[in-house]
This record gives sequence, structure tokens and C-alpha cells, in this order.
Amino acid sequence: MPPILQLSGIKKHFGATIALAGVDLTITPGEVHALVGENGAGKSTLMKVLAGIHQPDAGAMTLEGATYGPNGPADARSAGIMMVNQELAIAPHLTVSGNIMLGAEPTRGPLLDQAEINRRATEALTELGRPDIPLDTLAGDLGIAEQQLLEIARALAVGCRVLVLDEPTSSLTAADTAKLFALIRRLRDQGTAIVYISHFLEEVTTLSNRCTVLRDGATVASAPTTEFTTDDIVNHMVGRQVDELYHRTVHAPGEIVLETDQLASSPNLCSASLQLRRGEVLGLAGLIGAGRSDLLQTLFGLAPVESGEIKIAGYSGRPSPRRSWREGIGFLSEDRKTEGLALNLSLAENLTLPRLPNLINPRTLSIETGGWLEKLGVRAAGPDQAVGELSGGNQQKVAFGRLLRNDADILLLDEPTRGIDIGAKQTLYGLINALAGEGKAVLLVSSYLPELLGTCDRIAVMCRGTLGPARPVAEWTEHTIMLAATGATEDAA
Amino acid sequence: MLAKLRQSLSQVGPLIGLIAICALFASLRWETFVSWDNFAIILQQTAVIGIAALGMTMVIIAGGIDLSVGSIIALGTIVLALMLQAGWPPMAAAVAAVGACAFCGVLSGLLITKLRLLPFVVTLGMMGALRGAAKGLAGQQPIYPDDETWLNNLMQLGEKGTLPSGVWLTLGFAVLVALVLKFTRFGRHLFAVGSNELTARLCGVPVERVKIYVYTLGAAFAGLGAVLQFGYLTGGDPTTAVGLELNIIAAVVIGGASLSGGRGTVVGTLVGALIMSVVANGCTKLGLANWVQEIVTGAIIVAAVTLDALRHRKSKE
Repeated sequence: MPPILQLSGIKKHFGATIALAGVDLTITPGEVHALVGENGAGKSTLMKVLAGIHQPDAGAMTLEGATYGPNGPADARSAGIMMVNQELAIAPHLTVSGNIMLGAEPTRGPLLDQAEINRRATEALTELGRPDIPLDTLAGDLGIAEQQLLEIARALAVGCRVLVLDEPTSSLTAADTAKLFALIRRLRDQGTAIVYISHFLEEVTTLSNRCTVLRDGATVASAPTTEFTTDDIVNHMVGRQVDELYHRTVHAPGEIVLETDQLASSPNLCSASLQLRRGEVLGLAGLIGAGRSDLLQTLFGLAPVESGEIKIAGYSGRPSPRRSWREGIGFLSEDRKTEGLALNLSLAENLTLPRLPNLINPRTLSIETGGWLEKLGVRAAGPDQAVGELSGGNQQKVAFGRLLRNDADILLLDEPTRGIDIGAKQTLYGLINALAGEGKAVLLVSSYLPELLGTCDRIAVMCRGTLGPARPVAEWTEHTIMLAATGATEDAA
Repeated sequence: MLAKLRQSLSQVGPLIGLIAICALFASLRWETFVSWDNFAIILQQTAVIGIAALGMTMVIIAGGIDLSVGSIIALGTIVLALMLQAGWPPMAAAVAAVGACAFCGVLSGLLITKLRLLPFVVTLGMMGALRGAAKGLAGQQPIYPDDETWLNNLMQLGEKGTLPSGVWLTLGFAVLVALVLKFTRFGRHLFAVGSNELTARLCGVPVERVKIYVYTLGAAFAGLGAVLQFGYLTGGDPTTAVGLELNIIAAVVIGGASLSGGRGTVVGTLVGALIMSVVANGCTKLGLANWVQEIVTGAIIVAAVTLDALRHRKSKE
């Protein structure tokens, strides 16, 4: 089949930063084309060029043989190129049909043609195999997966020919991910060209027909996915052989530093009993929404204890974030952008916030921060740069560094490697291992099973708010974890 | 390096604007605009807005807003006048007035944090309620205490080479607030709460307490403004300073603060307040009608915010 969209030699720079140094990309209808690369490899910029948000400095784009040069998102849209971003663009106060036809509302004279809106919305939902979603529900009342579906339906309703999905599964449960994949395959078979951006290489290999790897703003490899192994893709992404990604040396667990007994916190945490020892990494597996984050937040004092008990070495009573930091407990939020970091404050301000003297000498704090940046390998202009200007991986290192700088002995880590590149992941895995080696206690929540199996000493699985028993990592496989997470082996546990 | 340059540029921007506006008026009306007397008048007329804007700067940095400061100033002048009439010594009366104003701030802060209401709505309510309270306390009449005290001279223009003591008071507090913002933990916490409240909470910042403090401080500075306003009027007036909160907010915003919080400087705020006074003064010197001044001031507010937004958009890319 002839390609629908062809990009060659696309270049784009912002000031002195070269974002795209020559990207070639050929998209064919009826294919799922995976686009992978580390953070900062240029995927987002490329997609913004495609969407007409940025104009390229050099290079050519053709859409079905004709020159394609969108001057804004509206142009891209009318050409049939649609994006569904990681952060969903849903108007929560509008109805399902209102969202699907948003920006392309059919009218009759000056009035909205509600019948036509409903007809086309139903058509799009039927095409996606979900005609059961009621048209007059408010979009904000739907779950994430269904909101995402609305965005895809919106794309279909306006005649989408190239659908770009950016990290679509990052906040989906396993079941919803499977449904999404089925949907993507269906669209593919109907002749839609799909560009699939993901950090999860397993998804890339199971879903895509073709895979293009970007590195430092240029295409470094592009071939049918079957010609790549996961290792090949990773090597292309980082441009070097990745040595052992996970480090786990033998730890010698010490005394118990944190203990909970049937801890509960509404709405998601029903009962969690665990013991965390000095010098170990305890992993918490489970589906999204199973209550793992709620457990960490309750331990740290961000969510109220409803019932049950928390015992932390030399500390009892109701936890609060302030008290937790003082007692040497640090928390890394799963949501770096809205909770973890104050993006327009500087690196120094973010790193030192939990523990500041009454009178501050900004110079001293900057110098101290500089030392930490070096230790953590953060690539930044300096301690006074706004943290929002850094790449995701470097931001995460700063957020993680906050725990180290403030002498956390018990580290509560919620999805510490979400959305960051492999290089940064490797740094964090190394740090986590080293910290446990120094006798710190780590409680690690992750939805990425290879990561849990690769870094933890013990793993416990959470299912519907109830935490199962912790067992040594050797007794788990990805399969048994998934079974426990989906509640399939409750009697076996 | 570049980031630093940009940062200092965004602080210098309003200052360049102020200099340009002064240069414009100076070139048009050299004899009347450029003189010590006129300089002192401009500063005198900036003092009330300036000192209240110091508090507003902190409130806005913390991501809040206080629409009630105009009413607080009116209430403050009334409390001060009543206390003087009741025979309190001037200093005690002034302290009582500032205290009463600060208490209004505590009330706003408590409503905002404990009931989790929007600051805009709470302080809009306070604006009406406190204006009413001021009128009720004053019996709907301005109050001019019989005895003249040193409070009446706070805003008096003196000989050439001197400035009213109210101006010095404003400058002194400006230095204090600038130091607090830069060198204290409380200052850092203000920026953190305004920049990202969730992060602040996660980092153990006592968010509620910081908010209550900042509304209290904001109202206390409005109380200082009330003392100066009393000096200017030489009495208490329940209908004074209507709409002044908007000029105060405008000064802070022209000075480069962001209404979404996390950004703002004392120098910027003072420059913003001066820009507005200079425009008013210069337009008068040019013989322009009041409505022209109002249009010019409005245009400056929009222009300042536009320039700032453009600069930020650039630095984001």
C-alpha cells in the first residue's frame, strides 16, 4: 500500500537547542507504527510539527503525495491527522456527544444541530464498538479509559486518517489496555494509519507492525517490528549497549522500621498489614486503583488513617507530611508534574523545601544543590534553573534527590520511573539498590513488573484495597503477580 | 546563564517602563514635571497603595487574592479616628487600627482554609461586609478627631529635600518584606504554596497556616495603609479607598507578579505602583482629563501583562 504520510529530513531548533536533527518517517495506512525513543529524543517535538503547532526549519512533509504544511492544529485536523495525548483533552462539563463533536459541531443556521451531533457521535462510538456509552453523560463522570475512548471517537467523527496515540496506556489498567489494543487493531484493519508512541517496549512488540527509533532528534532505525528484538530497540534508543539494567546486590535486612496492622483509608485502601525492614526493598504490585498509592499516602500523612495502626520506629500517632520528613520518611509522588514538583520554582527551591532553616542563605542552598545535582547526574543549567525546564528523567532525579537531601531513612516511592528514559531509570535503580545496601528501607510501588522483579527483595501484591502477604522475590513470576493482582488466586495465597 | 539573564530582565522590565514614562513626561513638561516638589508629591501619592501592595504581593505570591483591602483601609481609618476620639494616645490608636485590620485578614484566612472556599469569593464578601462595618462604626459620617496629633503629619510635604515620613515608612517596610521573601523559610513557603500547593503539602509545608498568616499580613499592611490614609485625610472616612484594591492588585501585576501564584517581587510592585502615580501625575501636568488617565492606566496594565506573558512564552520554548 502506498504511504499516506511521509516525512523526510525534518529539522527544528529552539534557540541553541536542536530538537530535531533530521527525522525520516513513513506512515502507511493499515499499519500500527510504533515511535520509540528516550525522553528528549524528539518524539514530542515531531508530533507537534505533525500537528501544526511547530513549523519545521527544514525538510519535507507529504500527505498522500501532496505537500503538507499545517499552520496550526486546525489545519492538521482538517487534513485528517489527529492526536490523542497522554494528558487527555476532555471538557469534563460537556456531555459525551458534546465532547466527541467538540470544535466540529454541525449547525442548522445559528443553532446547534443536536440530532446530527448525536447521530455522528453514535456512529463514532459504534465504530469503536462502544455504542453503550450514553451520549448525555457528562464526560467528567466517565473513567479515564472511557474518556480516552471519547478522544479517539472525536478523531473518527471528524474523519481521521492518521491517528497519533501518545503513551495511551500510561494510566490504564491491564484490562483497559487489552481493550484499547483490540480497538487499535480494529481501526488498523479499517485502514486508519496509527502512530503509537510508548515507553513500554512490550507494547511495541505486541502491537506494532513497524517501529521507528528516534535518538537525539534523528531517525536511527526503522523496520518491521518483527526484525527487532527488545534488546535491539533498547540499544538503538540509547546508542550503546545497556549493561545490566537492574542492580540488585544481596541486602542484609535489619530491624523492622515500619509496621502496619490492617491499615485502612477511604476510599481505596481496605486493609494493609506489612512489615518493612531496614536494608530491604519491598515492592508493592497491583493494578492501578488497587490502593497502593493510597497506602503510601496514608503512611506519609497525605491521606487520613481511617482505621488500623501504623508503627514507625520511634514514632506513633497520626502522621503528617511535616512530621514524616522530620522523622526521616520521604515520599516520591507518582505524579511529578501536579504533585511532585513545583515546576516554576528552581531546582534548589524544590530540593530543599522539606527542610529549611528559619533564615535562609540562598547562596549556600544553591551550592548545596549543585553538589546533589552532580551526585545524581542531573543535566541542568544550574541550581537556579526552573525545574520545569528539565526533561522528565532529570526532573525525576531532582524529585528523588529531595528524599536523599533531606536524609530520608524510609523511602516511599510511588512509580519512581514512570515516563522517564532508560538512562534515568538505570540511575534510579542503581540508587535504590545502593540505598538499601546502606541500610535504608524502601517501599516501592510499581506497575512495571520487570522493574519490581528486578529491584525488590520482597514483593506483596495489592488487590482491591487489600494487601497480600509479602514473599521473597524468587517466589514470584510476572505471571503469579498478575494472577494475584487480578484476584485470581486468592485461595492459593 | 541565559536563564539568569532572562530572570533579571523580567525584573528590570517594569523599571525600564517606569524610566521611559518619566522620560516622556520630562521631555513634554520639563519645568513642572522635573522638580523636587513634584517628586515628593508623586511619592506621597504612591505611599498608601505602595504599602498595601507590599502585603498584596505576598498574598499573590502565595497564589491568593484579597479584594477586601480597600474596605479594610476605610475600616482602619475609622478605628483609628474612633480611638483618638476616645482619648487613646496616637501610637496605641495606630496599633489598634492595624490590629483590627489584621484581624479581618485572620477571618478571611480562616474562611479560605477551613471552609475551603475560593479566596476571590471570600474576600469579595469581606469587601462588602467590612465596608458596611466601617460605615456602621462611623455612623455613616467621616470622623475628624478634635486633637491634632503627629498622625496628621505623616503624609505632610515638608521643605525641599525632605519626604513625608509615610514615604519612609513604606520604603522601610518594603526592605523588610523583600528580606523576608528572600531570606526566610516563611518566604520560601509562600512561593512554594503559590507555585504548587500539592508539592508544598507533600514537602511538609504547613499550607493552611501559611495561608492564614499571609492573609493576616496582607490585611495588616492594608492597616498600615489605613494609618497613612488617615494622615492624608487627617481623619477617618468610611467611604474612602473604594476600588483601591484594584489599583493595588494592578501595581503588583504590573510589577511582574503572576496571579496564578509563585511569582512576584517587592521592587516590581513598588515600580508598578510608581508607574501608576507617575501616569496620573504626568497626565495632570499635561492638562489631560481624568478619563484619559484612566484609559492610559488600563492600557498599561494590559501591556505590562502582555509583555510579561510573551517573555515567559519565549523562555518556555
